[in-house]
Amino acid sequence: MTATVPLPATPAAKGGGRAVRTLPFIAPSVAVLLVWMIVPLAMTLWFSFQRYNLLNPFLTGFAGVENYQYLFEDPALWSALANTLLLVGWVLVSTVVLGTLFAVLFDQDFFGRGVARLFVIAPFFVMPTVSALIWKNLLMHPVNGFFAYVSRSLGLPVIDWFTNIPLTAIIVMVAWQWVPFATLILLTAIQSLDRDQMEAARMDGAKSIALFRYIIVPHLMRPIAIVVMIETLFLLSIFAEILVTTSGGPGVATTNLTYLIYVRALLEFDVGGASAGGVVAIILANIIAFFLIRTIARNLTA
Amino acid sequence: MATVQLKSVEKAYAGHKVIHGVDLEIRDREFMVFVGPSGCGKSTLLRMIAGLEEITGGDLLIDGTRANDVSPDRRGLAMVFQSYALYPHMTVADNMGFALKLAKVPEAERNAKVAAAAKILKLEDYLDRKPKALSGGQRQRVAIGRAIVRAPKVFLFDEPLSNLDAALRVQMRIELARLHKELDATMIYVTHDQVEAMTLADRIVVLNAGKIEQVGRPLELYERPRNLFVAGFLGSPKMNFVETAVQSADATGVTVGLPGGHSIKIAAKPARVAKGDRVTLGVRAEHLVVDPAGALVGRADVVEHLGGEVLAYVDIGGSMVVAKLPGHDRIVVGDPVSLAIRDGGAILFDAKGEAMPALGA
Repeated sequence: MTATVPLPATPAAKGGGRAVRTLPFIAPSVAVLLVWMIVPLAMTLWFSFQRYNLLNPFLTGFAGVENYQYLFEDPALWSALANTLLLVGWVLVSTVVLGTLFAVLFDQDFFGRGVARLFVIAPFFVMPTVSALIWKNLLMHPVNGFFAYVSRSLGLPVIDWFTNIPLTAIIVMVAWQWVPFATLILLTAIQSLDRDQMEAARMDGAKSIALFRYIIVPHLMRPIAIVVMIETLFLLSIFAEILVTTSGGPGVATTNLTYLIYVRALLEFDVGGASAGGVVAIILANIIAFFLIRTIARNLTA
Repeated sequence: MATVQLKSVEKAYAGHKVIHGVDLEIRDREFMVFVGPSGCGKSTLLRMIAGLEEITGGDLLIDGTRANDVSPDRRGLAMVFQSYALYPHMTVADNMGFALKLAKVPEAERNAKVAAAAKILKLEDYLDRKPKALSGGQRQRVAIGRAIVRAPKVFLFDEPLSNLDAALRVQMRIELARLHKELDATMIYVTHDQVEAMTLADRIVVLNAGKIEQVGRPLELYERPRNLFVAGFLGSPKMNFVETAVQSADATGVTVGLPGGHSIKIAAKPARVAKGDRVTLGVRAEHLVVDPAGALVGRADVVEHLGGEVLAYVDIGGSMVVAKLPGHDRIVVGDPVSLAIRDGGAILFDAKGEAMPALGA
């Protein structure tokens, strides 16, 4: 007969993991977060299916898809969606491009760099309403504005920004506010670039443009993805600049989704319709977030 | 042909001199090693040759032409960095071919050169990988490959092995020696590791505080160091120094006193010293042998049995000397030891730290 000698049990075989139950510890914070998120979301969803207009308190009850039907048949929604995407897209493009160039510029050593860096960051500290007022009245005003003054002294036609190219005017304004953010993030990213790598590239014969294209830009891809993601979150909900300058007009030329919801809820007092708009905004944000996070996750693992 | 000449080269940062007029000639196909303690200026000197640091004064000649103001990529040099400095977003092949790509070398030729370099470095299987997916030794080889591909006149190495673990360092050292033979190129190599210097170099430059202390073949430096610094820097364990005074000096040699009352006669030219002068006696550990009649008498303070050899640290009345004894010696701490110096195993340094010439020299 053969005796069987058991091998010493390995710790892993004994259900190695932590023996502590973690649920009671994380439950409170998870619960708070859930309430924080779920309650407003649920209420928005609920209202979007209700007849709820502050002008007519007797009009109540379940509306079915009426609010949505009304919303989707309204051409204002589609133009608001287009405006939102145009605004976000162009501000992203201009801030990333300008931010990258500024980051490279302010990484160089030159006299007065500290002050210059401060100036390039400064727009970020100006309140959106204040900056909108300054742009509207001091810079882009067709009569008193600085741009008009420059055009006139050069003998060029004066542009009435907020009448003729209102969305462009808003994009310029918002981009001005967000360039500092991109510059800041990308500047710190450039500073973390290994100097040996730059020197190796210089010895390999990379001059300024090749250095930028082959070494600096690839190094910046990840921080650029971060900038795009964070900016998108904020740019989807741009509101103050539009309210102060154009109030969504002329017509609906500068009405984005946020502003449309504001108009529905607080000017037309149609809470149900505004909630339907809110749900559309949530879905849009989630679609964008889905693609962003996917690309960024790939960027982070690559 | 590739020679590098430095003519009273200087480097100053905001008026503060760090390299004090270095004169040096590096011959064609020579493996030249710059060695010295940290902060001695060896890396700065290499970076000045590379063109990454401006030369404040003097001339740098590559192949006889002045290269002070030639941009780094046009000097015909390639450098291997301590941190490897690989481009993380490029594959191994792209890393190695980057310089050729910038130089607009046709793709077919570029690939052929990369493949040839990869073959030399045994990197063929890794060409499509990113640096992140490589081990330290492999990254090091890619960095060397990046240099090889450019077929430079001179290879510059800035402490290339110091980020590797000990076993890998020995292996890469051997590969570098093989590579030098295979490529038949001029190489300048910076290290603070005197073992690397001794094993790799055709000639060694010992630098200290921005000045050259001595240039020469490794054994020449080891056996006939010009001064206390070179003597102490090369060799492990460090050379033993015993501070003493001259008792007599004549045509047959110089007699110096030893702790414990003994004295010893060294066959050195007596010209520069007289009775009573302070001198330093230098003896390498392997030149000390156990001898009951030996002049250095003391007790073993620390004993390190390394297997093949024994390092015995012997207290000889105030100063400590280390003797390298055969591995079978069963000496233990506290044993009384008498040590004698082998013939020709001692060097005398005068009060300024300069080595005194031997009698026959």
